[in-house]
Formats: sequence, C-alpha cells, structure tokens
Amino acid sequence: MGSSSSSINHIPDAEKLMQETGFSAAHIFRLYERFEVLDRDGTGQLRPEDFGAVRELAMNPIGDRIIRAFFSPGQETVDFAAFVRILAHFRPTVTNWTRDGAQTEPANSRTRKLKFAFQLYDQDRDGKISREELLEVLRMMLGLQVTEEQLQSIAERAIQEADLDRDDAISFDEFRKSLEKVNIDHKMSTRFLS
Amino acid sequence: MAVLWTLSLLLSACLFWPACLALTPPAELPQTHNLPPSLGFNSSDGGLSVDLPMALRVFSVDYHHVQAPFEIVLWIMLASLAKLGFHWSGRVPAVVPESCLLIMVGLLVGGVIYGVRHSAPPTLSADAFFLFLLPPIVLDAGYFLPGRLFFENLGTILWYAVLGTLWNVLGIGLSLYGVCLLAQSSLGDVSLLHCLLFGSLIAAVDPVAVLSVFQEMHVNEQLHILVFGESLLNDAVTVVLYKLFESFLRLPSVSGLDVLLGGCRVVVVGLGGLFVGLFFGLVAALTSRFTSRAQVIAPLFVFLYSYLSYLTSEMLHLSGIMAIVACAVTMKQYVEANVSERSNTSIQYFLKMWSSVSETLIFIFLGVSTIQDVHMWSWPFVCSTLLLCLVWRATGVLLLTAVVNKLRRNTVTFRDQFIIAYGGLRGAICFSLVFLIDDFPKKRLFITTTIVVILFTVFVQGMTIKPLVELLDVKRKKRALPTVSEEIHSRLIDHLLAGIEDVVGYWGQHYWKDKFEQFNKKYLRRFLIREDHQARSSILRVYQELERRDQRGDEEAPALVDPRSHSRPLLPEEMDSIRRILSRNLQNFNNKQTPAYSRHTLHQDATLDRTRKPLHRHQSLGERYTYNTQGEDAEFNGSRRVRAGLSRSHTVCSSSPRPFLQDSSAQSRGPVVPTTPPAREQQISPQHAAPVGRAPKKQLSFVLESEKQP
Repeated sequence: MGSSSSSINHIPDAEKLMQETGFSAAHIFRLYERFEVLDRDGTGQLRPEDFGAVRELAMNPIGDRIIRAFFSPGQETVDFAAFVRILAHFRPTVTNWTRDGAQTEPANSRTRKLKFAFQLYDQDRDGKISREELLEVLRMMLGLQVTEEQLQSIAERAIQEADLDRDDAISFDEFRKSLEKVNIDHKMSTRFLS
Repeated sequence: MAVLWTLSLLLSACLFWPACLALTPPAELPQTHNLPPSLGFNSSDGGLSVDLPMALRVFSVDYHHVQAPFEIVLWIMLASLAKLGFHWSGRVPAVVPESCLLIMVGLLVGGVIYGVRHSAPPTLSADAFFLFLLPPIVLDAGYFLPGRLFFENLGTILWYAVLGTLWNVLGIGLSLYGVCLLAQSSLGDVSLLHCLLFGSLIAAVDPVAVLSVFQEMHVNEQLHILVFGESLLNDAVTVVLYKLFESFLRLPSVSGLDVLLGGCRVVVVGLGGLFVGLFFGLVAALTSRFTSRAQVIAPLFVFLYSYLSYLTSEMLHLSGIMAIVACAVTMKQYVEANVSERSNTSIQYFLKMWSSVSETLIFIFLGVSTIQDVHMWSWPFVCSTLLLCLVWRATGVLLLTAVVNKLRRNTVTFRDQFIIAYGGLRGAICFSLVFLIDDFPKKRLFITTTIVVILFTVFVQGMTIKPLVELLDVKRKKRALPTVSEEIHSRLIDHLLAGIEDVVGYWGQHYWKDKFEQFNKKYLRRFLIREDHQARSSILRVYQELERRDQRGDEEAPALVDPRSHSRPLLPEEMDSIRRILSRNLQNFNNKQTPAYSRHTLHQDATLDRTRKPLHRHQSLGERYTYNTQGEDAEFNGSRRVRAGLSRSHTVCSSSPRPFLQDSSAQSRGPVVPTTPPAREQQISPQHAAPVGRAPKKQLSFVLESEKQP
C-alpha cells in the first residue's frame, strides 16, 4: 500500500486523521469514498437522513441509536473527520499502526470501545445506565415478542448482577466489569478493507 | 466388580456368537483373497435337522434360511453389548477411548473365530462400509452440526481440508517412494503411482475416529469444529485423488493434461456433492411441509432423502459425504419447524442410535479384520509410513496455520495446532479404500500397513491425546455461567457492529449472514415451512409451554414476574425463561456458544435457534434417582433437581461456554403428553437417564471446576 498520499491529497486533513486514528492511507481513502456515497447532496456533511438511506441500518433494532452516536450532542451534521474518528473505535486493536508520540489513548482501545457501547445506552450522558434506559434498549432489541413483565424481569436481573454500589443504575465501571470476560477486541472490531 | 460384570458380559457375547458361526461350515471364500467375504453373506450348505427316519420332522433347525439377517443381527447385538459393557466398566472409559475398546473386542472376536474356524473371519467389505455403515454417521454429524460456527470457520476449514490433504498426500506419497527406492531389495516393485495412491488413502483424516476420540475431550468448539470440519470435507479431496491415481495406474501413461483434469475433478466432485445435497435438502424440506396429516412417517423422509442424496452422489462419482452433510444442514431448520415435536425427537433419537450402532460396528470390524490370513510385513515400509504420517501432518498444520492466522481474528494457537495435528486419526475409510485397490504384488503390504497405521493412530494417539491436552492445557471452553448482563450487552454490541459495517459498506462478518437471513426469511421460509408454523416464533411457543407448566404445576408460585417486586431474587425457572428469551430473540450473529457435536447425547434443541446447553449443575450422582417433587417446597426444588438430572445427561462432551438450562424446553418438548409436571418429570428423567450411562462417570473430572461457579 505504498505511498498513496497523492490520492488522498484532496481529502481534508488526511495526514492528521491518519495520525490521530491510526488508519492507513488506504483506509482513509476508502472511508472517504464511502463518505461521498453517503453524502448524497455533496455538502461534505452527513445528516441523519443520509444515514437512514442505508437500508440495512434501518432494519437494525438499534439503528437509530447507532446513527445518533455519530453526531456529537447538539450537532446536526457530521463531517468527514468526525466520521472517521467515530469509526476509529472499531479498528482491530492488533493492527495499530505505529504512531509517534501518541498522547491520548488510541480510539480503538478496549476502554474506548466499551465507552462507545456504553453511550448507546446512556442517552442522557449522565454516566449511568438507569433502569429506564436499559429497558428502552431491551425493548428495542427484543421487540414485540416479549411482554412488559418479562422485560422488567430481565432488566431487573441485569441490574442486579452488575450494580455493585446499589444505586440501581449501571455506571461505566460496572459496565466494564460485567463485560470483563468478553473478548471486546474481537467483538467490536471490523476490518475496514475488504 | 463392575469390571467383572463387564468382562463376563463381553465374554458371553463373544462366545455365544462365534458358536453360532461355528455351527455353520466355513464359508468358501469367494474368488481370491483380495475380496474377503463380505459381512453376513457367507454361503453355507444346509442346516442341521434332527432326523426321524420316515416320519415328519418334529423339530428342525434351518439356519440357512435365516442366516444372513441372523448374522447381521448378531453382529449388531455384539456391538451394542460391547458398548453397554464399556459404559458400565468403571474408570476405563476415562482412560481408553471407546473406539479402542471396540477394536479390542473386535480383535478378540476375530481371534475366536479364527481359532474356531481356522480361516479368516468375515471382514468389512468396502461396499457394506460405504453404503450402509458410513452414511448414518455422517448424517448424524451433519444434522447436529453447529451451523454458525461451521460457516464462520469455513474458510479455515477448507484451507486445512483441501490444501492440507494435498500437502499430506503428496508428501507422504513422494517420501514413501523415496523409501522404496532406498530399500530397493524388498520394496523395489512399488512404483511411484502406487505410493501416491497409498498416500492418498492414508493421508485422509477420518471423521469417525476423530469424533469418537474428541468426544472424550472437552476442547473449545472452535477447535472441535476445525478438526471435525476438516475431516468431513477432506473426503472430496481424498476420494478424487484416490480415484485419480487409480485411473492413472490403469492408463499407459500420464500426461500433464491428466493432472490438470484431475485438479478440476476435485472441484467438480466437491461442488457437485454439495449441490446434490442442497437439492435433496430443499426437496426434503418441502416434503416435510405436507406431513401434518401423517406425522408418524415424517422422520422417515429425513432419512430417505439424506440417504438418497448420498446414493445419488455416489452414483455420479461425487462426494457422498459432502452431499449428505449439505442435505442435513439444509433441511434441518425447515424440517424442525414443520414436523411435530415428537417427530423431531424421533428423528434425533434415530440418528443418534443409528450412528452409534454404525460406529460401533465399524470399530469392531476393524478389530476383526485385522485377523487376516496373510499379512505381509516390511519393517521399513511400515515404520516409515507411520513416521511420515505424523511428520507431514505436523508440518502441514504448522505451515497452513501460519498463513491462515494472518487472515483470522481468532488465531489458532500453538496448542490448538498441536491438537489438530495430533488428532488426525485414521479410520475405517482408509481401511475400505485399501481393499478396493486393484490387485498387485504388494497389496498385502499396503493392507497390513494401513491396519497398523489405523491401530496406531486410534490406540496410541487416541489414548494419549487427552493427557497431552491436559498437559498443554488447551483452552477449554469457558464454563462460567454467563450473566444476563453479558448476554444483553454482547447482543447490543453485535447489533452495533452490524450497523457500523452497514455504514461503512463493508462486507464484514455479518454481511453474508444477513443477506442469507433475509433471503431465507423472504423466500425460503415462506415456501418451505408450513403456513401455521411461520407466524409464531419458536421462542413464543416454548415460552407459552413453560408458562403453562409453571401455572399448572404449582399454583403458589408466582405466575412469572411481579413487576413490582424488584428486589426479589429470581427463581431458576424465571431465570431460564429469561435466558431463553435472550438467546432466541436477540439476533445473535456471532454465536459461538452453540454446542459441539456429540455422538452420544441428544441435545434437545428441537427449535430453530440453538440454545445454549447446560454445562453442569453438579449435584451428587445420587440426586438423579432420589428426587421427589412433591415433598419439597414448591416446584422449585423438584424441578431444579430434575433439571439437574437432565442436564447431567447432556453434559458429557459438548457443552457450550455458556451453559444454559434448557431442559424446561426439553420437558415441554418431551415426548410426553403434558399432564402434570411431576408425572412428566418422572417420565423424562429415566428416559434421559438411559442414553448416556457414562455421564455420571465423566463428571468426576469436572466436578471441581463447576464448583467454582458463582
């Protein structure tokens, strides 16, 4: 994948993004192509409707939340840099390209991945998954197959298991602890080049 | 004491049976020595009869009349009794795999027959093996194949199966030729093609032997599916190479074009078998759609179509094993949705039964067949073959894994590689193939060598693999009970990743699965599944059964959940129902928790999705037999104990890392008219106690581990 920097010259801040996120030039190039496909009106910004055009995402039980996760709170649009930064969470951890002087934790570290998943639950960003937030997600995932009582009991059980400080909500640390046996690096990674 | 009992049982079986054979005059061996008399078709002249001169015969014995089926039944009886004895024989099963014991029984029987008759005992004819004994085993394996795990690892499996086999075949063949050249004096007349032919049949890893040994070990499912999948799929390569070299032997000369055509043949054979299987699988699924009015014969269709697919592909010289596996995998989900619960159970039980019998017979015959009239022995040839098999397999696995690990995310560790290499057992397929070779001077040598290799791999490798595994501490399947949180969050992450991959437009691990699922839902299911069974999902059915059972059994127990009582600890049955809901409702893409295949236990996952299987709830052995559901408070204890009993019978080998009690579903699906829960539990428990007698013994090594469960 030699120096394809010539092809990414027209991508804004490509080098900086590469450094920040650890994506290679080829990755950036491919993501940019995809960004352009999604950005149908060519404004260089993505809106929720653009994401909605991805048909499979519409059928995903938590599709809305995923889309919302791309947008920072209060923002209506996503530019390419933000797009890439979000996707950087899903890089496999084993293929960290060497970077010099990385001060901040890489985006695809286990903690950052878990944080991303945590925020899918925690919509009000208070750092805790309350019972209602958990129930909402459960409802989305389990759909119409299950009665409300069953949902309640599932949520109850989940909170019981994870909630160590008995505040009837799951904090990020408790969340992380409950997933310690799961191979997050594998589960939350995807290869970005076919 | 149990050992004595066993031995006496075996001895009586062994003596009773040859006595029958001894009654018949020795069969005339048909034609040459090369085609040993096939099983059960010895001709004999006449029967005995008690003659009363000039009067009616009051009592006569006409053995000749029933000879063929009689002998077959006796063989099967011997096999089954040996198997029973095996399970009753104390600590032996823990050390010696069943296959070894069966071969030893076979040796014993063969020796007895030889001693009595002074001629070779009946051996396993290739036809009987390929047409009757092998299909049930492969069908059973295919039907219970953990589909998702298999397809996830398909690339790796194919890599090992195709390239690995090629590597082994060429390596062994060429090296053996080198050995023959070196030992010109004794082995000079073995040509290169003969060596390659021999290599092709000896290199193939045998699914029967592999399965029977891996049963004893609890390795993680990924490893299991790799070895098992490889042994299944390399059939295509093996058969083609074998036939190829055989036809080359008949040709006056071999050109490059022939080799190229041979390569194409591999593809054709493999894919052809696959398509034949697919076709029959779909037809079977369609047929099962209409069986609602004649439910009793529904299982029959499963067997008939599978067997048809096997025979058809054999007829077309395609890979029968691939056909039957493809057929089973294809039709399974539709058949399960279409036929009644009892039919499902019947299908599964019959599959298990037949495959058990087949496997036992195969091993016994392997033992019997080693007692031959003429063995040709050659130290250099035999020893070098053994050595080369090991060496080439080891190097092959190492090299292939080095390459494939770069492309996989779940790397195959070194320990896994060792198990793959060491677990490459040879079995009856090699044996049958070697008999089919056209006659040539050194054929006897090949037969002897094959037998030695098989015996060596089964005995030595089979017996030592478990200690070695323990030594190397192969990453066993995790046994901790998964928490509900884990499951929920894992599913969320699965959905998340699927979504991300959609955003990226990348065809990740979910893409093809999703595509197939969509296609499946839209077209296949609507076409192949009965109308009224489509709407309700399996989870709802099970859940309703569960609720019904709960409510019927114990009025005092809360219906399911009182939403207001937040802090009450959940009852186990509620826990089970929750788990069930989660595991079935939540679309799970990366479901690695499917149970591995097990020959001897029937996993009652008679529903579309696979539930996780119980690992163990270890209570003492006595509990299974001493439950009393009425006396204890609530259904809680009784059902818990019954579940324990049921779970024990399922635990032997194939357990998932996430144990999951689904015996409630077993109960609700059990072949019992739901009357009252206690009665049903009673009926189910002994029923499940029957199939796996050795489960209690097996638990010993795992009691400690399970105790650590939170």
